[in-house]
Amino acid sequence: MYRQWVLTALLAWPLGAALVVMLAPPRWAKHIALATSLVEFAISVPLWWTFAPADGMQCILDVPWIPSWGIRYTVGVDGISLFMVLLTTFLVPLSVLGSYAYITTRERGFYALLLVLTTGMIGVFVALDLFLFYVMWEVMLIPMYFIIGVWGGERRIYAAIKFFLYTFFGSLLMLVAILALVYLVGQRTGVYSFAYAHLTAHIGGLGSVAFGLFGAFFLAFAIKVPMFPFHTWLPDAHVEAPTAGSVLLAGVLLKMGTYGFLRFALPLFPAVAVHPAVQRVIVALSLIGILYGGLVAMVQPDFKKLIAYSSVAHLGFVMLGIWALTLQSVQGALLVMINHGISTGGLFFLAGMLYERRHSRLIEAFGGIAKTVPMLAAVLTIVSLSSIGLPATNGFVGEFLVLLGTFRTYPLPATIATAGVVVAAMYLLPALQRVIFNPLDKSVNEKLADLSLREIAVLVPLLACIVWIGVYPKPILQRMEPSARQLVQSVRANAASFTAVR
Amino acid sequence: MPAVPLSLLWLVPALPLVGFVVNGTLALARPTAKRAVSIVGVGTLVLAFAAAAIAVAGLARHHATAPLVFRYWEWIPAGDLQVAFALQLDQLAAVMILVVTGVGALIHVFSVGYMHEDPGYARYFAYLNLFVFFMLILVLGANFPVMFVGWEGVGLCSYLLIGFWFNEQINADAGKKAFIVNRIGDFGFLVAMFLIFTRFGSLDFETVFAKAPAVLMPGGAVATTITLFLFLGCTGKSAQIPLYTWLPDAMQGPTPVSALIHAATMVTAGVYLVARCGVLFALSPLGSAVVAGVGALTALFAATIALKQWDIKRVLAYSTVSQLGYMFVGAGTGAYAAGIFHLVTHAFFKALLFLGSGSVIHAMHHAYHATHTDADAQDMRNMGGLRHYLPWTGALMWIATLAIAGIPPFAGFFSKDEILGAAFAEATIRPLWYAFWAMGLAAALLTAFYMTRLMLYTFHGPNRTGERERAHLHEAPPVMTGPLALLGILTVLGGALNVPELLGGHAFLERWLEPVTGVAQRLQPAVEVAHATEWALVAGAVLIAVLGIVGAFRLLKPEALVSARLAPPERGLARLLWKKWYVDELYDAIIVRPVMWVSREVLWKIVDARIVDGVLVNGTAAASRAVGWLGSRLQTGEVGVYVVLFVIGVLAVVGAAVR
Repeated sequence: MYRQWVLTALLAWPLGAALVVMLAPPRWAKHIALATSLVEFAISVPLWWTFAPADGMQCILDVPWIPSWGIRYTVGVDGISLFMVLLTTFLVPLSVLGSYAYITTRERGFYALLLVLTTGMIGVFVALDLFLFYVMWEVMLIPMYFIIGVWGGERRIYAAIKFFLYTFFGSLLMLVAILALVYLVGQRTGVYSFAYAHLTAHIGGLGSVAFGLFGAFFLAFAIKVPMFPFHTWLPDAHVEAPTAGSVLLAGVLLKMGTYGFLRFALPLFPAVAVHPAVQRVIVALSLIGILYGGLVAMVQPDFKKLIAYSSVAHLGFVMLGIWALTLQSVQGALLVMINHGISTGGLFFLAGMLYERRHSRLIEAFGGIAKTVPMLAAVLTIVSLSSIGLPATNGFVGEFLVLLGTFRTYPLPATIATAGVVVAAMYLLPALQRVIFNPLDKSVNEKLADLSLREIAVLVPLLACIVWIGVYPKPILQRMEPSARQLVQSVRANAASFTAVR
Repeated sequence: MPAVPLSLLWLVPALPLVGFVVNGTLALARPTAKRAVSIVGVGTLVLAFAAAAIAVAGLARHHATAPLVFRYWEWIPAGDLQVAFALQLDQLAAVMILVVTGVGALIHVFSVGYMHEDPGYARYFAYLNLFVFFMLILVLGANFPVMFVGWEGVGLCSYLLIGFWFNEQINADAGKKAFIVNRIGDFGFLVAMFLIFTRFGSLDFETVFAKAPAVLMPGGAVATTITLFLFLGCTGKSAQIPLYTWLPDAMQGPTPVSALIHAATMVTAGVYLVARCGVLFALSPLGSAVVAGVGALTALFAATIALKQWDIKRVLAYSTVSQLGYMFVGAGTGAYAAGIFHLVTHAFFKALLFLGSGSVIHAMHHAYHATHTDADAQDMRNMGGLRHYLPWTGALMWIATLAIAGIPPFAGFFSKDEILGAAFAEATIRPLWYAFWAMGLAAALLTAFYMTRLMLYTFHGPNRTGERERAHLHEAPPVMTGPLALLGILTVLGGALNVPELLGGHAFLERWLEPVTGVAQRLQPAVEVAHATEWALVAGAVLIAVLGIVGAFRLLKPEALVSARLAPPERGLARLLWKKWYVDELYDAIIVRPVMWVSREVLWKIVDARIVDGVLVNGTAAASRAVGWLGSRLQTGEVGVYVVLFVIGVLAVVGAAVR
């Protein structure tokens, strides 16, 4: 019962809640949003225990939607999507709580959009029908567009349009590719269906068309990740977005790109994915992302922009791990996806808290504030350290697995990527120093208030995850291992057989 | 089945961790509760030392020939990678945990006095406790990743403690520099781990070291690559060329921190790593030669810089870099026991020197503070004649000076002599080691000289602190002199740990470590040197030390010094040494600035803003706008234009079809 309906409940509940938020008095909006998002989280938590790692795709609900077009409503989770769903339901209530003081205008609209966004995000991760996936991908796009465009900073319109056009461009190409794929597979099998299972079972013999289709998927996902050189929408969007927008953008939306590669691009086009030229390009772009993202982050005067560029670097690790196609590297990539949501999400929360105090995102607006806000400084230090992968924090386990796993396939690129560990220290520690250390030379900073109880409530769950995943990641690793193993093996095996046929 | 005392091993790191949690909470919640902080901070350390002693006693009774491994939980299980959170106790780890908790406890006690006035007292002890925890994880870890937790963890604490007084930029800068330079080393450690895993399929010490002789070809490229990457990690953590530059800057931290982290324990982690991985290094003669060579070079190079520093702590910092070089000469020569022996005696006498300098700075600081004088409390030119005011500190520091100079029977004599002897013996089969030995000997001369210089300028000659200030100079309280005295005793007696057979001893430490170092030693050719040669070496080393001390007494004129404010600028070679051979400036010019400049001016402002975002992204937008504009211009609404265009279109299509 629970297993069959949980995913649908997770999709439906926020939509209903959004409706309630719209109808309720404005001053209740945030409380309703918090309560309902906590319920959403509560609904998702039993998944942790009911999930059976060895069973592959589960909690499936599969009903016809538009039968004449071969479209079904199919949802399910496996070890790859489970944690993306949980990460989403975990971050949403925190984002709501983190927005309490930040969002002061049109609250109903904001929180309703946040809840609609939740449906879209979870939908992307659970959809097992490519049409449903595409719909959810677009559903998630529109609320975020408004969140940036209405509640954002000064250049919000530019950033929102850039975000929208960029993503939309990629997703349209993806739609074309999906339609073409359904048509081609339908031609050969006689069954025109958007079902994920059907398509992945009949991907052989696409021939060189596969390269074109892969290219379309690649663009859509690479923009979302974002990979260099498709990344420039990200700093603008992050800087302008309100705290909750940045947190969910970094925490969840970027993962849709890497998730798309894991769920669709690799299993649908294995021969293309392991084609040496494709591999070279993607590994090179990942390395550029890691080093270039880090170096550009290092020279940013704007704290949120710095975090945005650091995301490019982190996601570079994810892409590298995925493309190395070893069990460790893929598990590491999945873990970095989770960790990035927690650590970078945390950094954006903290940047937002700093902004609320000083109305500046500039690093140089601060300095020496560890003296006036010791708790905020302590949390910022811990989260920064987790972001740069200090052992015994979550960040280390993920990066370690990615690099170790990648080293088995690509020793030299893995070595270069390991240098990214040095670069990470080079961008985050100087920023940390200029914010919380150094002389307390601005009088406005002498009277800053330390963390409030509400802010502590936002940050403590993140800190708990940082330590927990750093010290005892086994429960997560063992839940994702069978799915990751299955992915690696099927991609390698299918790629080999298709290549042999060709 | 390990005995009961051994199964309590986890308590050794757990106690300081508890101290950190309690003190960290106090630091945020009730920073004024100094008494509670002291009890927790010092108490956990003393208990940890007791636990360590019990565990080591258990190990000794056990007569274990293999490490006793305790697995606590599966940490990173992923397919064929199985990393457990596991600790192991063997003879090498035993030595380390006794030094870390023992010297650590003394330094914690000293800190109670030294930091008592500081508003960050609770935070200080929280960090110090956390450091000890990570250091213990480092030396007790049973596999590379667990060791790496300690390895980076101690770096973190070092960062936090160097920048302890974070509101001064110079301190925060120094902390940041330490962390980043160490990360460069950690890069090497990580890559070495990946290589080891791809070759061995495991990261457990037990498995890797047992398989090493079968998996790695002696002298092969893989063994050399692994050891060189590992050693890169060592050069970061243990401040060797080329990554030593962070350590002198690290002196910005409170002086007990310098004693604990930057002299006695953390910086020796690299030596520990080489000793721990002795089997791997033994399989790579090239790797070992690099270790010994870099060590010898660093020993000599750092000693030259120490000659002309005026800051009392900077002299000791370069001295530490230099002494660490000795330890690497020992480890790179395959004389792991000698390297570890020097690590232990150095922990005694250098901790004593640092804490002694802390006592001096404490006195100087109070004198300047009481008289509201703005002068450098660490500049030796402002000191002089302090033996009249700090007689205990002065006497104890003289003992340490004689020890580091290599005067018998103090601890440093035995350990340094053993390293030089081992290097000389190695030279009989690998002549390159003659150079290392000679460099070590030259460094010994300089060591004796600069340490005597430090003592002369600080404690002898006329006092230059100032007329009014002088009245406020006084000896430190017993809570500080007590630990100094205990370290003094250890400095006098520490040599007894490993008196060589040549001098009628039993080489206790060497025998104790044999179960750990034996495997590596058996992989290397044994070398023997005649007794007569050994005696000659000992005599030569002592002569060199005496020469350095007497030379300093003869050449230096403390009475001619003027206080720092009035001192003329250095010239020529003296300036070059005072400026540390301009290495920091060099790194800044060829690495730091170019990287910053390229990142800012090229990558960000040109590649990102102009090319990717400007040309590609907004260019596409502009292009589509232009196409749209063009299209809109065609929508003129005049039927004539449409007809013309239509005809052109039809003709084009027909033309294409016909052809």
